[in-house]
Amino acid sequence: MTARFRRLVETDRPPVSLTIDGVGVTALLGDTLMVAMLTHGDALRTSEFAGSEPAAPEPSDGRRAGFCLMGACQDCWVWTASGARLRACSTPVQNGMTISTRQPEATWANIA
Amino acid sequence: MTQIHQSDVAIIGGGLMGCSAAFFLRQRGMSVTVLETDKVGRQASGTNFGNVRRQGRPIFQLPLANRAIRIWRDSPQLLGSDVEYLQSGHIRVCFRERPENIGKMEEYAALAREEGLDLELLSANALREKFPWLGPDVLAGSYSATDGHANPRLAAPAFARAAARLGASIVEDTKIVHAEKVGEDFRLTAEDGRQFAAPILLITAGAWAGKIAGWFGEEIPLTPRAPTMSVTEPVPYAIAPAVGVMTPEEVETVYFRQVARGNIVLGGSTRAASYPDDYRSYVLPQNTMTQFEHLRRLAPALANLQVIRVWSGIEGYTDDALPIMGPSAKVSGLFHAFGFSGSGFQIGPGVGETMAELIATGATDIPLEHYAVTRFTK
Amino acid sequence: MGEHRVIIVGAGPAGVRAAQAVVRAGLRPIVIDEAARAGGQIYRRPPENFKRDHDALYGTEAARARAIHEDFAALLPHIDYRPETLVWNVAEGHVWAAHEGETQPLPYDALIVCSGASDRVAPIKGWQAAGCYSLGGAQIALKAQGCAIGHRVIFLGSGPLLYLAAAQYVKAGAEVAAVLDTSPFWLRVKAAPKLAAMPGLLWQGVKLLRDLKRAGVPVLTGVTPIEIEGDPQTGVSGVTVRHKGAVKHFAGDAVAMGWHVKPEAQIADLARATFAFDEATRQWLPQTDADGRAGNALYLGGDGARVLGARSAEVTGELAAMAALADLGLTMDADRRRWLLAEKANYAKFAKGLAQAFPWPHELVAAIPDEAIVCRCEAVTAATLRASVNTAHAQEANRAKAFSRVGMGRCQGRYCGHASAEIIAAARSVSLEKTGRLRGQAPVKPIPVALKRNDL
Repeated sequence: MTARFRRLVETDRPPVSLTIDGVGVTALLGDTLMVAMLTHGDALRTSEFAGSEPAAPEPSDGRRAGFCLMGACQDCWVWTASGARLRACSTPVQNGMTISTRQPEATWANIA
Repeated sequence: MTQIHQSDVAIIGGGLMGCSAAFFLRQRGMSVTVLETDKVGRQASGTNFGNVRRQGRPIFQLPLANRAIRIWRDSPQLLGSDVEYLQSGHIRVCFRERPENIGKMEEYAALAREEGLDLELLSANALREKFPWLGPDVLAGSYSATDGHANPRLAAPAFARAAARLGASIVEDTKIVHAEKVGEDFRLTAEDGRQFAAPILLITAGAWAGKIAGWFGEEIPLTPRAPTMSVTEPVPYAIAPAVGVMTPEEVETVYFRQVARGNIVLGGSTRAASYPDDYRSYVLPQNTMTQFEHLRRLAPALANLQVIRVWSGIEGYTDDALPIMGPSAKVSGLFHAFGFSGSGFQIGPGVGETMAELIATGATDIPLEHYAVTRFTK
Repeated sequence: MGEHRVIIVGAGPAGVRAAQAVVRAGLRPIVIDEAARAGGQIYRRPPENFKRDHDALYGTEAARARAIHEDFAALLPHIDYRPETLVWNVAEGHVWAAHEGETQPLPYDALIVCSGASDRVAPIKGWQAAGCYSLGGAQIALKAQGCAIGHRVIFLGSGPLLYLAAAQYVKAGAEVAAVLDTSPFWLRVKAAPKLAAMPGLLWQGVKLLRDLKRAGVPVLTGVTPIEIEGDPQTGVSGVTVRHKGAVKHFAGDAVAMGWHVKPEAQIADLARATFAFDEATRQWLPQTDADGRAGNALYLGGDGARVLGARSAEVTGELAAMAALADLGLTMDADRRRWLLAEKANYAKFAKGLAQAFPWPHELVAAIPDEAIVCRCEAVTAATLRASVNTAHAQEANRAKAFSRVGMGRCQGRYCGHASAEIIAAARSVSLEKTGRLRGQAPVKPIPVALKRNDL
């Protein structure tokens, strides 16, 4: 997958390992989760809506990669393995994070 | 000379009751003017939870609720617009420490069946099999397959537009500051001096109605309260029924529903005061917190969700939490339908149709004796 | 008498200067900030292990940034500092602050809100595509993380930040495809007398433009954006604009877009500030007196009250704190206040010049095509918004929101509120003021259902 962000400076930092959608990646200490993810991929999440119509079974409005980077637009929320939300632009990356770009609640009706 | 706007029926209050009454009065061929201080459906009608729930209502109210459910089902054809009504079921549960509620649910279900409302009683295990997101503290439940929910922001304005299409006069931004009966007519004066007259006056002004009825000698105490409402981020649509808790403790009365777009609407827990004179209501953060606390007991899986907005509204409560509905005891031609005490949304269209029937024909089969104004004015 | 309880929200230039004034008066304020490190957005600091110094990070503003950071560090023993803490509601004289999944109400006698600003954004067809960022966001990526938002970046919008951010990208080695300014150049000439109120800043602007041109970056003024092209899966692929009668296309995988900034006024709103319509900038602003008093023990400083820039924020933050202290019965240095007010007036003059030179493109917004998304959160198109006005008879912003869901999403209308008001006004052919203002609703930012009180 192509990286969206491009590192220009401050690349001499210790590595940090995390898992994104099951794939192990290496980021740098001090990265926000957003930078960690977007230097390996081109999106963080998928919009829930297709156009302004009620949500289609498979939303096709498109994938999103954040917008404001200052905690205001709320378009960079991603999920941990336990289903907790993290705002990628304002969360520092940590070793061992397991992150999903897909909503876990899709299977609610079937879980005990 | 000020021109007087004349019609057969004047309605003060453009909420769900007033707008649906106007719609059904027009169906019966009467000319109607709805007078609304702000915009139609913006107060209690537009800010409530959106429960289209029959179960849990007093048994004597079920005929009215049954009448309403038929209108909700027909609403797309009747109104020509979608008010997001979903007949997706309603589940009422009780918590472990209140086992006495099981007996009450059984008793209620037996009586409700006689009124045409079928309820399925479910044990804790059966409940969790059917609704796996319910928490371990849930002891039992009563499921109504034919209840559901709708979008309160859309319902009253849709009735208003449909009434207007049939020829009703919907007059917004018009605060009535004086009303009296002059000869055969009620004379209503707006803040800016405009005048309206009609031989029949229906008061459907919610939390503001007590004051208006007082102009006609029927001073009715209403307590303005503010519901605690929240909505989450959208998540995949997986929860069909509206869910609520049966408990005598207000703080535990949390309820939720998922809309088709995916957001989960939360209501219940402690209500706050509201301020009808200022047209203001506020969500108190401490109530949001108790709402979250009891929601986590009800459905622990919701704990991860983000709440993105809270709101409230202005609801008029009577002392016995039952509405005032029917003719005035003092002034002929005057009718009341208000004080729905936070439980008016489901029955709303039924109230409108019943009041239209009562006004147009002088009678209705819907039992109204429990709602008589005289219980407060004796 | 117990000690006066002063709460300051925000630790940018305004919040730091406010805290300093409160500490100087002998009080120990609570300073709540969402960020992990003080400085606000403009003097935002990278994480501790980053190496660039103040000169590299803040350029001409390095000395100011250093002063803010050092002065705040000196304040730490004298304040109750709560970083990474969100103020999500204000009610009954209490601020509700959330930190690490827990919340508590904090009572105050004076609440000084220095909540800063966020980008003012005009929706352009296609702007929901991955790779579109706010201009401020593009700058933060570079400043705080050392990254460019893409491999070939198009800057679109208007205002000094457009040129500053683009020049910073060029300097850092990023590829900048173009700078596309919706304002025509002649407006800048017309506004020159007002801009001369800050000759240093005016000169800085001239230099930026020179740097961009030297680097061979196409800089177009007076453009009309047509579309941000892209794919729902892979994101942005370019921008098409109309310029001097011709359609021009620029290929790129990222867009930085913004038209100045606007106050983050949500906390002020919940604390019951009153708002008034500002014709010059076409927006509703919280009302304060010259010192920053907003009533109900609320004081506003910095760009969160009115956007006058970072330098001015230091002035208005201190003024707001002085007003709060005076109202608490503590003495105030009248000479200092007069000097600060004069400074503020000068910044206000400059800000007027900027608004004139780089206007919010309201006609463009009002005319966006039906299929364009206005509200990114809820994916609501201009067509749906217009239908709420034309078919469902919504007459003002809150009603259109109720019917169309514009502004109902996670960001609570931060990025579509101004634009949707323009579209409603145009659809109804009424003034913008008549479309009203989206009322603020808690939470200020999303809170989890898991949030628990920790004070009971």
